[in-house]
Amino acid sequence: MHHLAAAPWQVAALAVDKVSEGDLAAARAQMGFSLAWHIVVACLGVGLPALTLLAEWYGIRTGNPAHQLLARRWARAMGVLFAVGAVSGTILSFEMGLLWPGLMGMFGQVIGLPFALEGIAFFIEAIFLGIYLYAWDRLPPRRHLLTGLPIVVAGVASAFFVVCANAWMNQPRGFVLREGKVVDVDPWAAMLNPASPPQTVHMILAAFMVASFLTAAVYAVALLRGRRDAYHKAGFYIPFTLGAVVTPFQLVVGDWAARFLAEFQPAKLAAIEGVFTTGSHVPLTLGGIARDDALRYGLEIPNGLSLLVGYSPSTVVQGLDKVPRDQWPAVTGVHWAFDVMVGIGLFLLALGAWLLLSWWRGRRCRGELLDQRGSRLFLTLAAIGGPASVVALESGWCVTELGRQPWIVWGIMSVRDAVNPAPGLMTGLWLVLIVYAGMTVATVYVLRRLAKGTAVPLAPQEQDVESYPVV
Amino acid sequence: MLADTALAVMWVGLTCYALFGGADFGAGVWDLLAGGSRRGLPQRRLIEHSIGPIWEANHVWLIFVIVLLWSAFSPVFAAVMSTLYLPLTLAALGIIARGAAFAFRKASTELWQQRLFGACFALSSLVTPFFLGTVAGAVASGRVPPGLAAGNVITSWLNPTSALGGVLAVTTCAHLAAVYLCADAARDGERALASAFARRAVVSGLVSGAVAGAGIAVLHADAPELFHGLTHRALPLVILSVVAGLLGLALLHRNRFVLARPASALAVAAILWAWGAGQYPAMLVGGTTVHQAASDGAVLAACLVVLAVGALLLVPSLWLLYATFQRRAPAAGPGSSSSSEASVD
Repeated sequence: MHHLAAAPWQVAALAVDKVSEGDLAAARAQMGFSLAWHIVVACLGVGLPALTLLAEWYGIRTGNPAHQLLARRWARAMGVLFAVGAVSGTILSFEMGLLWPGLMGMFGQVIGLPFALEGIAFFIEAIFLGIYLYAWDRLPPRRHLLTGLPIVVAGVASAFFVVCANAWMNQPRGFVLREGKVVDVDPWAAMLNPASPPQTVHMILAAFMVASFLTAAVYAVALLRGRRDAYHKAGFYIPFTLGAVVTPFQLVVGDWAARFLAEFQPAKLAAIEGVFTTGSHVPLTLGGIARDDALRYGLEIPNGLSLLVGYSPSTVVQGLDKVPRDQWPAVTGVHWAFDVMVGIGLFLLALGAWLLLSWWRGRRCRGELLDQRGSRLFLTLAAIGGPASVVALESGWCVTELGRQPWIVWGIMSVRDAVNPAPGLMTGLWLVLIVYAGMTVATVYVLRRLAKGTAVPLAPQEQDVESYPVV
Repeated sequence: MLADTALAVMWVGLTCYALFGGADFGAGVWDLLAGGSRRGLPQRRLIEHSIGPIWEANHVWLIFVIVLLWSAFSPVFAAVMSTLYLPLTLAALGIIARGAAFAFRKASTELWQQRLFGACFALSSLVTPFFLGTVAGAVASGRVPPGLAAGNVITSWLNPTSALGGVLAVTTCAHLAAVYLCADAARDGERALASAFARRAVVSGLVSGAVAGAGIAVLHADAPELFHGLTHRALPLVILSVVAGLLGLALLHRNRFVLARPASALAVAAILWAWGAGQYPAMLVGGTTVHQAASDGAVLAACLVVLAVGALLLVPSLWLLYATFQRRAPAAGPGSSSSSEASVD
């Protein structure tokens, strides 16, 4: 497909002449920033409903008020996060056109289908979220629990569809370029491209991990501060267990995703692993700095990469020497992002194993994890695990997106050809940064207030409306 | 045929956004005008109570329109977004501020926070429809040529027709909201509030009519092609809008609030449809027609099939949503939110 890169297309070519470096950088920064922001909220939007339903289900089954209260509290946080997730997601669909009209004008129709499907899923999510949050007192408990299920299903489906569109940018399929024009579009082939299965599964599991470990971290801090009541214990155990269950699967899927790269995007894998020279017996390098066409100062595991990719030291791994120099991604950044992601993944796996081990020990000597020796260390690490999972998420996203550079559509359209040639994108970047800074401060503040347990309901039920002030 | 169907479906989405999302925006405008924190309390309560469960679903119509535009008419999407990126960025920022602030206000307890978030919500409810209206005016007056950022980034949306579009968007949103809210207030037995919003509905309806009337002169001078379309092919729709608008005002005057809703909605929807009919088959006036801009047939077919299947899921869900909250709530039973909170805290 690489030869298609040379195909002329009039509109983009005309536009590129007008693009300044500053505007291109501003557009990239704005898109990167708003995506990095949205991705965290979106992950919570996928994972938090599942946690809330789990708590509510326990609450209904056991009649335990701690679980019921947890469900209410998480539902409130869910309401706030869904609102900011909805608006930051809408901004992204604007930015697709405002910043990258070159991409959308040419390929908008090719990737339209997954977005249309995502729109439907998001609609279902918004509808049932409205019902779930506001009809708590209007429906019998079990039926209320049922109205939450579509939120979880639609959330996972949204993530699947959106990531399918991103996967297409890595593995463009389902169209023919003829004289610079897109023809013979097969939208289903475009959506279900080879990158879709590993990328979507990896992302959905990541969403559950981030939501679980981040929620658990909040309660780990409370437990460390000595609030060891049933409410805080349940608030820790429910999400942490879910996270610990998901993590081992995530490592398997991550390995699958890496081997997908070896076959379909070898240049990206070469950047991830800092492989400059094609060959066999390639070591696995941890850390290091790319300089003079080699990865220096890293920790090398002999034959490691060849073994991981093909289960044999003689497996040939393609290096960056097979890629034209002007098409190299930033190696050091992508490589470090990858190492950070994998490192944190292993750390979270170890934490999950610790939970399992102490649960087994506790069963034998009838003690609870939190009464055992080392529980403070465990909780401290669990409190770190929440923010760490977010760092892993952002790093993984950097690997995917920076590893694709300089292409916006792998091998076909460069980022430079996609950007809006209109002047003044830098101003837009500053505006967006200011608004997002305000939104970040407000979101964190409001979530902290919710965690402290204010008496004001986020979703006012009928009888509450009279009792709380509205300006 | 496929392209026309896709355009019609998109226009239905745009109509839904104008009616449902528009009413949400208008509610924000009334929130802005409700007065001090004490005097405006009943109005703000009603607004919060009415749009709380539904605003997010209403907002999705916008995403629906954007996605359908880029899927079915990619070159038009690229041209509109790149030339009009200034008003669209401002509208996008307004959407952020509005949605986030509305959720934050509900979650805050202190008066100064509620004031801050409330002001943010209300102000962005005013500016967002204004900028979206200027975008409509820019497209309708043929100021968006095909190609990337080929139009003037300033005058494309700072011109008489765009100003008309912006003002008309704000006044019709306010009118729709007032009509919806007076029926909501009447259902809850708030007679004073209902008649207050009925008065506002009449005033904003008359203002909308006056703006639209003045707009005839503006369009004649500034957007002759659209003017021609509106006075010829789309004339029946223009007349329908006027008749429905007058009918709505009469119904409001006679306190028939629930019946006034469809009449006002029809008046606003007919304006949108008149614009579409007047401009058809041009998508970018003087540049691109629907058929030139349309995507590959396979894409249009796939999107339409997906939307048809999606509608089978969405229509009952939306019905459930609106039905759940248009009924009066049952008396609070045990385990209701405030009582269980209190017992565990």
